[in-house]
Amino acid sequence: MNPHDTPLDYAAVGLISGLEVHQQLLTDKKLFCQCPAGRYTRTHDGTVLRHMRPTLSELGVYDGTALMEFKTKKHIVYLLNRANTCTYEMDDTPPFPVNQAAVDVAIEQCLMLGCDIVDEVHIARKQYLDGSIPTGFQRTAIVGVNGKLPFRGRILSITQVSVEEDSCREVSDKGHLIVWRTDRLGMPLIETVTGPDLRTPEEVAEAILLVGRVCRSTGHVRVGMGASRQDVNVSVRGGRRVEIKGVPKAGWAVGLVHGEGWRQVNLLRLCDELHRRGFRKPEDVRVECADVTALADGGPVPQLCAAQWQHLVQEQRRRLGFELGPGAFKVFAVRLPGLAGTLGWPTQPARTFADELAGRVRVIAGLDEPPILFHSEAWPAGAEALLQKLRAAARCGEQDGLVIVWGPERDVRTAADEIRLRYVDAADGVPNETRQPFADGSTDFERILPGPDRMYPDTDSPPTRVTRDRVERLRAALPEPPWQREARYTEVGVPVPVAHYLIRRGGARLVDRVVDEAGADLRFAAFFFGERCKGLRRAGVPVDHVRDDAWVELFAAFAARPVLRDAWETLVRHMAAQPGVPVRTVVAELDLDREPPGWRSHLGQWVAAAGREAGRRPPPSVARYQTGQVMHRLRGRVPVPAVLEAVAAAAEARS
Amino acid sequence: MSDPLKGYKGRARARLQSFGVRVWSDVVANNDAGSRFEGVILPRSETLDDLHVVIKLKTGYNVGLHVDRVTSMTEVGYKEAVYKIPEKEFPSRPELPRVTLLGTGGTIASRLDYRTGAVIPAFTPGELYGAVPELADLANLTTKKLFGVFSENMAKDNYVALAEAIGKEIESGVDGIVVGHGTDTMGHTAAILSFMVQDTPVPIVMVGSQRSSDRPSSDAALNLIHAVRSAGRGEIAEVQICMFGPTSDQYALLHRGTRCRKMHSSYRSTFRTVGGVPLAMVGEDFRYLVDDFRRRDRSRRVRIDTAYEDRTTILYYYPGMKPDLVDALVEKGYRGIVIAGTGLGHINKPLYPAIGRAIQQGVHVVMTVQTLWGYAQMYVYDTGRDLLDLGIVPLDNMLPETALMKLSWVLGHTDDHGEVLRMMRLPVNGETTEREPHNGYLILQGGLPETEEFVASHWK
Repeated sequence: MNPHDTPLDYAAVGLISGLEVHQQLLTDKKLFCQCPAGRYTRTHDGTVLRHMRPTLSELGVYDGTALMEFKTKKHIVYLLNRANTCTYEMDDTPPFPVNQAAVDVAIEQCLMLGCDIVDEVHIARKQYLDGSIPTGFQRTAIVGVNGKLPFRGRILSITQVSVEEDSCREVSDKGHLIVWRTDRLGMPLIETVTGPDLRTPEEVAEAILLVGRVCRSTGHVRVGMGASRQDVNVSVRGGRRVEIKGVPKAGWAVGLVHGEGWRQVNLLRLCDELHRRGFRKPEDVRVECADVTALADGGPVPQLCAAQWQHLVQEQRRRLGFELGPGAFKVFAVRLPGLAGTLGWPTQPARTFADELAGRVRVIAGLDEPPILFHSEAWPAGAEALLQKLRAAARCGEQDGLVIVWGPERDVRTAADEIRLRYVDAADGVPNETRQPFADGSTDFERILPGPDRMYPDTDSPPTRVTRDRVERLRAALPEPPWQREARYTEVGVPVPVAHYLIRRGGARLVDRVVDEAGADLRFAAFFFGERCKGLRRAGVPVDHVRDDAWVELFAAFAARPVLRDAWETLVRHMAAQPGVPVRTVVAELDLDREPPGWRSHLGQWVAAAGREAGRRPPPSVARYQTGQVMHRLRGRVPVPAVLEAVAAAAEARS
Repeated sequence: MSDPLKGYKGRARARLQSFGVRVWSDVVANNDAGSRFEGVILPRSETLDDLHVVIKLKTGYNVGLHVDRVTSMTEVGYKEAVYKIPEKEFPSRPELPRVTLLGTGGTIASRLDYRTGAVIPAFTPGELYGAVPELADLANLTTKKLFGVFSENMAKDNYVALAEAIGKEIESGVDGIVVGHGTDTMGHTAAILSFMVQDTPVPIVMVGSQRSSDRPSSDAALNLIHAVRSAGRGEIAEVQICMFGPTSDQYALLHRGTRCRKMHSSYRSTFRTVGGVPLAMVGEDFRYLVDDFRRRDRSRRVRIDTAYEDRTTILYYYPGMKPDLVDALVEKGYRGIVIAGTGLGHINKPLYPAIGRAIQQGVHVVMTVQTLWGYAQMYVYDTGRDLLDLGIVPLDNMLPETALMKLSWVLGHTDDHGEVLRMMRLPVNGETTEREPHNGYLILQGGLPETEEFVASHWK
């Protein structure tokens, strides 16, 4: 379903959104070690097995639940490659002094975002227990605060900008085993946090693009897949902050923010309904489990049959204790007293509350085999008789809901309790969650949203003093803000999308250089880099291999000999193929440095030959073909009007 | 009452005083750029400058504000950090062994105060149970804090106190002892305890951590679990070190106290048995790798012998070493010198007269090898034989640090050279071995195809 088929009055429901934009910085090395940054690998030559242990205060209560939680923990495996990973990333060596080049770029970014730079940068540890960082925390530090960006005629506030190390890339997550690759780990990035100033999904998408343009306008950040990722925070009035993590494209935000607004509104309605039925406090929610393994075995639902499960385990080569939890295969019928009608309760567009349960079961119980659970309000067709039997076995009345979960016994028991806990949360409204986004605008549970309590100082790293001299030196070298550049470009007729593309992809820097240093026409240069070179890049020509100075040389050559512009494509292809060769050499090698001697005298022969090749076509087509053939020989060497005139004259002479 | 502006000096201190705020004040501060900061003033490290005030913001981040840029700062609340960890009674189960944990310093377990970022050590059984609840399944735990020193500050008095405390615990009938210790000199302490505490009827297990216990990735909890299991249920009644085998969270190794060395400044799997193999692997269960260890035996009577002479040193030989270094040691009253010589146990010729003079004056000079692996075999070359003639005592494959500890212990008993020589050469617990197994020296060389194959197929 298209999420826009489910209208929502954003102002009426009090939708609020803010961003956390992550942008990798372009540095040679990582933030806390000397490993190269940006060298991604697909293979590994070593592996480490680790576990994350909640520190005491996170356990909160000292009871068996905490211990149980620890015992169902995940095995975490890191794939190491010597090309991009040292013992720092393995958490076997303390951090080296923070990369000051990265701090410089971060300060520069803060200045672009209009921030006040803090006087002393203190590294903090931000805990992550999902294994995405082997230490169990991310080293991060605030560099700037109190920034402002012009946005839709008002101000988008920048709460803070921090410099931090990037996390691992997830390779797989099956059962009780999560696997991470460490190539990206430790690369410097900045996290820009905006105020909760955005009010519609479209504003969110636009703000993502704006922050992206500001960051990229310095040319000191990485671009391409994964170089920039944003977390979008959304809430509605009466709801709670939900973080949609790692939105890869601004365009996705429109559907995602809408979907989350819709979800929270529906969860609040569900909360009211639960209250109406008397579910208010945690103890009001009870679940009852019945072991229905034997009853479901051999029945019409293959997922619930032991043989099918064994087949799956073998086929996927799930190892006991890793991808496969401990215990015998069990099917549990979870009776939800008094909760009939809530499983099919709509949440997101095309999703129901049962999907909320499935998300928790998948992540926390490690039961990840789709469809994760079955329930009484969306039962597989053709298996109604089984449902009746299961309902009877679970002593499930008209007023009750029924959920079926299956898998290794311990995980199934965890799942049943998670279902209860999710209902406890539902009776309290919208839980604080981190959710993972999908292209269709839907999201799924990722983890409980951590609060500010997970921050503490990094005792391994001394603070860095940032002097005002350093700030001013960096400020002096800043490019103009993207909105000013955009105004300057559009004024001379550059379309807004081309201007945005140039700012986003760093081409604007080249445009301004060739204008300043080679006297190029701004509009021509903007089209050249923003359209023509972009087209060649898409066609696979390595235009990014061309050095900046060579572009200036090329435009100087254009200025000296305007006819060369006509041969731009040939020239750029050659420049890209041999990046070290001076432009004047390329021009000379292509015989583009002068008019071909005696071209006028040969022209008659060329036109005649083309005429013969063209054969029996209508006359206008023949003329076009002849012109094309001659242009091919003279493009970039003789001005087009002169060629056209000469071709016309030759044709005239022959007729 | 402690200093309300702890760590702040000079300009920063004066400025904070002028605002009437103190450490742990909840403040609202503004600066000359119009930025507003809300948070708690933290104490400042004494080693940092006097220009900045550190605030822990509500978001959890810390920032340093230059006091000259702060235009206003108002206290809106005050809450001192509570350095107290909540306790819960360690459950007692009669069927479990009794284990005593002796603390020497460092944090085995700890809790974070998130508001301030302070790391609060957990040590009492109740605190430890909160931090590492698995311990309750392994033993009935008692804890005693002997002292709180970094391991590099351990010295004679600590060794004596620790050995005596161990003796008392054994007399009281415990089933095993765990000694919490910083890792830097854990090998030294394990060695001296091997000499000071002999014929122990129960395991004495030293443990520490390479990643502090306030981190989710810490090795501390797993090390402690392995150590308590080894002390309570293990068969090895010796002084041993229990630390990570691989850097992965898998199992610990139990190393004989006299043959173990910290081999990496920061790796989890830093401890290695040198010139032999470890005694056992400990995970959920034990896997003994050798059988020549002293077994648990409640009928055996422990002997505590805390003699110790600390005028001893290690001379780590290097080419071009000057003889006056040796003369200076003698002049300063050193009674024993362990030389860590090159190769099979060599030093340069210009040192010979100085060594000769030292021995003449009654200083005991022994030879170990700085290669760590292998034997001092001084009769192989003429130079070695010359040194033997001077009266240097070769110590076979005794580790230099173990040799220092043993020489200190021996010199605590006697100054008679013959007796010193006899005691040094008579192994107490494996500090020298008659044979070196071929798998006692295995440093896999990275880059070799066979090593890479091995590394690729095992968790590191």
